[in-house]
Amino acid sequence: MSSEEAPSLYAAREPVFPRKVKGPFRQMKWIIMAVTLGIYYITPWLRWDRGPALPDQAVLIDLANRRFYFFMIEIWPHEFYFVAGLLIMAGLGLFLFTSALGRVWCGYACPQTVWTDLFIAVERWIEGDRNARVRLWKAKWDLKKVRLRAMKYASWIVIGLATGGAWIFYFADAPTLLRDLVTLQAHPVAYTTMAILTGTTILFGGIAREQVCIYMCPWPRIQAAMMDEDTITIGYREWRGEPRGKKHDGTTGDCIDCMACVNVCPVGIDIRDGQQMECITCGLCIDACDDIMAKIGKPRGLVDYFALKDEVLEREGQPPKPVWKHILRPRTMLYTTLWSAVGIAMVVALFVRPEIEMRVSPERNPTFVTMSDGSIRNTYDIRLRNKHGDPRPFRLSLTSDAPLRIQLEGQDELTVMVGPQETFAQRVYVTAKPGTEAAQTDRTDLRFWVEDLDSTDRAYTDTVFNGKER
Amino acid sequence: MSKNDNNQPNDPDTTGHSWDGIEEFNNPLPKWWLWTFYACIVWGIGYTIAYPAWPLIEKATPGFLNYSTRGEVADEIAAVETANEGLNMQLASADLTVLPENTELHNYAVQGGRALFAANCSQCHGSGAAGGVGYPNLLDDDWLWGGDVDTIAYTITHGIRNEQSPDSHWSEMPAFGEILEPEEIETVVSYVQSISGQEHDAALAAAGEEIFLDQCSACHLDSGMGEPSLGAPNLTDAIWLYGGDAATLTETITYSRFGVMPAWSEEYRPGTGLSEAEVNALAAYVHQLGGGQ
Repeated sequence: MSSEEAPSLYAAREPVFPRKVKGPFRQMKWIIMAVTLGIYYITPWLRWDRGPALPDQAVLIDLANRRFYFFMIEIWPHEFYFVAGLLIMAGLGLFLFTSALGRVWCGYACPQTVWTDLFIAVERWIEGDRNARVRLWKAKWDLKKVRLRAMKYASWIVIGLATGGAWIFYFADAPTLLRDLVTLQAHPVAYTTMAILTGTTILFGGIAREQVCIYMCPWPRIQAAMMDEDTITIGYREWRGEPRGKKHDGTTGDCIDCMACVNVCPVGIDIRDGQQMECITCGLCIDACDDIMAKIGKPRGLVDYFALKDEVLEREGQPPKPVWKHILRPRTMLYTTLWSAVGIAMVVALFVRPEIEMRVSPERNPTFVTMSDGSIRNTYDIRLRNKHGDPRPFRLSLTSDAPLRIQLEGQDELTVMVGPQETFAQRVYVTAKPGTEAAQTDRTDLRFWVEDLDSTDRAYTDTVFNGKER
Repeated sequence: MSKNDNNQPNDPDTTGHSWDGIEEFNNPLPKWWLWTFYACIVWGIGYTIAYPAWPLIEKATPGFLNYSTRGEVADEIAAVETANEGLNMQLASADLTVLPENTELHNYAVQGGRALFAANCSQCHGSGAAGGVGYPNLLDDDWLWGGDVDTIAYTITHGIRNEQSPDSHWSEMPAFGEILEPEEIETVVSYVQSISGQEHDAALAAAGEEIFLDQCSACHLDSGMGEPSLGAPNLTDAIWLYGGDAATLTETITYSRFGVMPAWSEEYRPGTGLSEAEVNALAAYVHQLGGGQ
């Protein structure tokens, strides 16, 4: 064993106490927080009339009945590719925004950022601003500290409960579920899910905070490949700020080393050290620095959004490239094209998908039956799916070059009533007269048609008729 | 406890063992690990007492909780049977001719009948009910003993040509080899082929008509259309249980045929037969396969 102590591989978290800041970016973050949280909390309560047989919740993931409702759109499990398409669009959108504007998603719209921002705001409201919180953190456990901490955690639990509660409302009728929750009649799964989500919300948004972004999220690693020197991101104009100092004798740059940008940072970094993986580009350091620059009578933008290419130009005293030249590049245009293509394909798929569906499975055991008059009969199991909220009459028919006759099991007519949201199984017989071509050849093509007599929607499925080969 | 010169100030104590000057550090297991280990032993003992565990000569100790996976399955089956009791009672006393109007009960009967058919009937009639040589096809519209749902239920209950049920369908075609000369049989074969629309020798068929009317029409009727109450098949259609070619027909007429089917009702086969509800379920299933009348 060596007497020199090996360096520990464990580094304790440096607690971060972001200071309050005012400015346009902070303002924008408040607005985005209000809008995104508003959408999240209000959406389950919106209603949408779909007829008596279907739920009237505008956005509902109905796992028990395997349906996903989104306003006028209704997705069945076999149409899950729509969800896959949305995820692809989300991915491409993220690529597009990152290559153009860096980590705007991380800084403004990511739920982790929004909830962390909310939890910090609550913490500041209860425990005071940065200096008060640092003092409280260092203070011994006395009555005041217990009281403040208890208040903070109580508020966090309320936020966590509302968050977890809002999540389960997406999976059941929200008003009914709320009533059941309050009267303690809801299913234990609902309470368990709420408890877990309350816990994870407090853990991620209140306690772990920037550690989620730095250690848990893969995006900071991926973004290195997504950003380039044309990407508009947040940086420190080193050529203008250095050397730092408070002297006013012209030997120092604009940076007076006031640490305002560091004190407001929610991830606890110093933006003046350059581009860092931890930076979520929330813009709060820009607000903080602009405030100081105004106070000491210097132009704003020592810390600012700019492209790394421009930094080089500015350093040499040249004007930066216009913003649109950074944004309109082959790369961003390619992402936009791909993103729109997937989107258009999905919208088209959504509108051309049939409202009625038919599945035909020919009976293979046996492939045909000889009837007493010598005619050959095939049997098909047909499943009809009515996606509407009311019962519909579906008429079955067939087209084929051969003269084949269609007949339904258990009834003389060719029309069946299919209940709302139902899949209806019907056995269908197709007969070829004795001695005809179809009766004597192995395979004859045929096409089943189904027509919704109410809406005159039609759908077809191709299959074959098996004859008795001679 | 001697300390070797190689040891460093921060090293843990040694166990005191020394082999050729090589000493062993005393690094005990962490306490939490040790206590978890002890807890597992205690838990393991409790587990073997509560659940089946120790192998004995005949079987393992049953455990105080009397748990068994087989018992669990038996409970589940019993629960399903209790849940279906009402439907089974309805089905046992149902009027099968109007059963399709009761969608729920009909579905229950058809699904149950499908399973019963696979377990009890498919050995002879085939899993798709298409039959085979000597075993009737249940999908077509030709029935030896009648194809309406009540007759199907009767046939399943009592079977055909068995001694289990005194009421089973019974008929016996004579072996005409003992009655007719081979040449006469040849003419009858030609006649049967003529009335079923097959290629035949017209002269032989004309000669066979008289013999047919004398010997065969008592059961198969003058027209040859057969008589379901006697189980006499229709000889004019395209469906042959054993085959409609000359060789098979000659064999059938010469030696006769004697197909049998067991009685399936538990009334005649206590312990192994089917309940009334099961017979009705099977009848409903067979009737809706496509040939039911």
